Amino acid sequence: MSWPPQWRGAGVAESESAVTLSAAKGATRSAVEDPVLEKKTRSQDDVDLPWQVVVHNDPVNLMTYVTMVFQRVFGYPREKAEKHMLEVHQKGRSILWSGMRERAELYVQQLHGYLLLATLEKIS
Amino acid sequence: MEICRREDKLEISELDPFLAELLRQIPASTNPEGTPAAEKRLFSPPADRSKTEQCSEWKLYVEPELRRLFRTARETVAADLEQLNGNEKPFANRKLRIPTQHADAWLNALNQARLVIAAKYNFTDGDLCDHYRSPIGSRRDLGLFQLNFYGFLQEFILREIDDCPEKTSD
Repeated sequence: MSWPPQWRGAGVAESESAVTLSAAKGATRSAVEDPVLEKKTRSQDDVDLPWQVVVHNDPVNLMTYVTMVFQRVFGYPREKAEKHMLEVHQKGRSILWSGMRERAELYVQQLHGYLLLATLEKIS
Repeated sequence: MEICRREDKLEISELDPFLAELLRQIPASTNPEGTPAAEKRLFSPPADRSKTEQCSEWKLYVEPELRRLFRTARETVAADLEQLNGNEKPFANRKLRIPTQHADAWLNALNQARLVIAAKYNFTDGDLCDHYRSPIGSRRDLGLFQLNFYGFLQEFILREIDDCPEKTSD
């Protein structure tokens, strides 16, 4: 085995995958007679959902710098990044992202790396 | 002073001794020691201070990483600034070339310096918007000039990396 993996030609890959798929279908029919439906449970991520990343106003950081940071950290297009930057500037804070806690923590850490005033807040 | 991009370098030329000295002071200016407000600003809490567990975990695990990141940026800038310590005559104009791969380190170190200076002199919004103030009447005014000069450099670097984003690295 080598890295990076060597991709085979498209024709070969298609024919091989076709054989494999049909074989797998047959195997599935014979091996699994009565599928059992598992009860769906909420994951830890679902439980942790309501967190938000908030950036607070700081008169020292340049507007262009803040826009660049939003683009880099969140991958936002310039227009969206500028909209958030202006919201921070005019309203004192802007919610940049909301979702799972772990990811929100990572974003806050990245924003602090760029020296922005950012906090993690649980949505009440 | 002239500032332009030449291939993979940002070039600041015709640097008079005063501005060259301000540049030399970037690494020292990032030091928050003796100014608790500056230390507090560089390492601000990740949540409301009432969330003590969150804040103490952050202090334990994340803050050392941030300190390492800021130190690396500072050291990169300090190494680039060695160019200003040549054997030219004391009052000769200098030239500084910043590799574009160092742009992020410069942005970070300049921001550290600006935040520390602002905290040190407790600059208000009004101070920061006052572009017509006499350049140097006091140590505080010099601090404001220094902060604005570093901001000007940040704007230039941002404009250049925005034009050629593929040439920079994180």
